[in-house]
Amino acid sequence: MPAFERVGFAYDPARPVVQDFTLALPPRGVVSLVGPSGCGKTTLLRLLAGLESPQSGTVSGVEGLRVAMVFQEDRLLPWETAWENAVTAPLDGARPAAEWLGALGLGDSLNQRPGALSGGMKRRVAIARALAAPHDLLLLDEPFAGLDEPTWRDAAARIATANADGLTVLVTHVLDHAAAMGATVIRLEGTPLRLR
Amino acid sequence: MTRRAFPGIAAALFWLAVWQVVSMLVDQVLLVPAPLVVLATLFDLVKTPTFWAVTGSSLLRMGIGFVAGVVAGCAAAVLTTRFRTADALLSPALRVVRAAPVASFIIVALVWIPTGRLPAFIAFLMVVPVVWDNMAAGLQRQDAALLEMASVFRLGWWQTMVRIRIPSLLPFFTTACTTGMGLAWKSGVAAEVISRPELSIGGQLQDAKVYLATPEVFAWTITAVALSIALERVLRLATSRVNLRVAGAGAAPSVSRERGSVADAGV
Repeated sequence: MPAFERVGFAYDPARPVVQDFTLALPPRGVVSLVGPSGCGKTTLLRLLAGLESPQSGTVSGVEGLRVAMVFQEDRLLPWETAWENAVTAPLDGARPAAEWLGALGLGDSLNQRPGALSGGMKRRVAIARALAAPHDLLLLDEPFAGLDEPTWRDAAARIATANADGLTVLVTHVLDHAAAMGATVIRLEGTPLRLR
Repeated sequence: MTRRAFPGIAAALFWLAVWQVVSMLVDQVLLVPAPLVVLATLFDLVKTPTFWAVTGSSLLRMGIGFVAGVVAGCAAAVLTTRFRTADALLSPALRVVRAAPVASFIIVALVWIPTGRLPAFIAFLMVVPVVWDNMAAGLQRQDAALLEMASVFRLGWWQTMVRIRIPSLLPFFTTACTTGMGLAWKSGVAAEVISRPELSIGGQLQDAKVYLATPEVFAWTITAVALSIALERVLRLATSRVNLRVAGAGAAPSVSRERGSVADAGV
């Protein structure tokens, strides 16, 4: 199971974001890391995704796991359609991508490029991309930002059931988002980051 | 006539009128031939097989130089952005090539290179720094966030190349090619004027000048300009087609609008 063991990390050596941080995550279910903006929640996700390496301590239990992620920004390819963006597994990812886009209410916009989509639609394409990708560990960084309440509640319910066999880690500063996904809440605070 | 074409045609007519007035004021066909005289000369030239052989040969020379320049410029961009040693060695040399007057290269290269190959070499030399400059800028400005996304979703080398790196580079490549093509053509014709290879627009220009056939000088110049514009248009069309081909994998399958179909299907 994924775990942080005495992890230290800093973008600027004078200002560590994470210091001597220890946390064990369950092997499956939904866990929500809740804390104020800028406290280092995204850094924890980046460490889990392997986008950053701890400068001290270890991040264990993620080796060999297939990761899918909804980034804080949409990170869509502007030259591809919504559907093409959601396909990350070229051989067998086309159908799940189209189906997830349809399920998230974008069935009529599959062939639209991001430039023609609203902020909320782009967010849903990013969510569909993560859900359609084969994954064991689903990382969600403020996935519902910019979505209206009925839409994010619908998306939250779908995500919670979609990854029932794996671990979903939700980063948010909105407790309602965590509650809508039935998540176990872990409260964080401060710089450097610590459990509250 | 479309509304968009009208300003261009009006401007062309204006400058033709200016040319006509100047030729009438000077009244010396050797100095400024009238537009109609040049047009008649151009028609006479176009009817000869030599005209087509000359333009074909010049196009081939500049084409070879241009393509070689694009390949070498791209390779230089990859090397200088990836390896510090290559950057330290190649970048100053390419900056010197970019800054040096083309005439200096033509004269120096005349000593080393056979006359027939000189225009292609000069075109190559002018294209390399332009392509290098643009492609290096494109490589340095690759979107790190998109590359991170590719890494998280395990897109792999080929998918990352085709879906992210190449489409990101295409605008830089298009600018490099259109700028490089213009430079290759201009410098190549200049090299032809000086080196005078057989069957070349530059050689014909030089001959016409020697024999004081000013209408022919104008006619060959118009030919060179028209070919340059045509080449640039063809290039823009080709790169936009490549852009579309790279970007579009095809239409999406149709899906049910019924929400929940995915979850129900167990996806």
